[in-house]
Amino acid sequence: MNTFYFIAALSVIFAILVISAKNPVHSILYLILTFFTFTVHYILLNAQFLAIVNFIVYMGAILVLFLYTLMLMNLNKESEPVKSNLVKIAAVIGGGCFLVTIIAALKTFTGSVPVVLKDTNLGLVKNLGKTLFNEYLLPFEISSVLLLSAMVGAVLLATKDPKTTA
Amino acid sequence: MEQLTQTIQTVPLNAYITLCTVIFAIGVIGVLLRRNAIVIFMSVELMLNAVNLLLTAFSVYLGDASGQVFVFFIMALAAAEVAIGLAIIVMIYRNTNSIDIKVLNRLKW
Repeated sequence: MNTFYFIAALSVIFAILVISAKNPVHSILYLILTFFTFTVHYILLNAQFLAIVNFIVYMGAILVLFLYTLMLMNLNKESEPVKSNLVKIAAVIGGGCFLVTIIAALKTFTGSVPVVLKDTNLGLVKNLGKTLFNEYLLPFEISSVLLLSAMVGAVLLATKDPKTTA
Repeated sequence: MEQLTQTIQTVPLNAYITLCTVIFAIGVIGVLLRRNAIVIFMSVELMLNAVNLLLTAFSVYLGDASGQVFVFFIMALAAAEVAIGLAIIVMIYRNTNSIDIKVLNRLKW
């Protein structure tokens, strides 16, 4: 139980650092740490497949893509745009209102039930694979088309010379 | 592994909902607060991950594997979204030499 609260506190701290860091590269590094704490959460929930996928896909692929894009752009602290204080306060109030609404709605439910893992095989690859390839076979195939179109679109968008894209 | 899963036995479901709400709200604040397009993108990723964690917690709570399959689909979607989004940001940077979203206000009309 204490492990959960410790990791949860780390997640929140790193998430706040992501949006408050001045340097975008630091932001990305904090985001990697946040996602690492999420991986630990998945392991605590015994969702082993998701923990590995989160580790490889998110921390390994997506965030490295972010980091490389940012480094290609050669941004520095001076070019970092800043918003006015009024907009900052409005943003924090707006996000805070959302938070308060959800937490207040949660408080109306009395007596929270603990999360108990009934089936220890739930998050394992074998069990998830059976569900994925039986009930969700069509969405799985459609997501492969989505990834293909995303790949073609990204190449098309990022190519500089209009002659080569034609 | 047996010992690890024992640790969650006493964590209430409300703790997971609260944690995910806090992370999601931080993501919302990040989108509203920053003007750097890449940091806004990262805040969106933060929100996606908060939802992923909540789906997994509910999936374990109900003993239903469908929730975790959905998380798998969201991750595939996020990968596609990031590839396209970063390509668009690179294109904007090439045209305007900046990733300040203030430059994009001509998209308004």
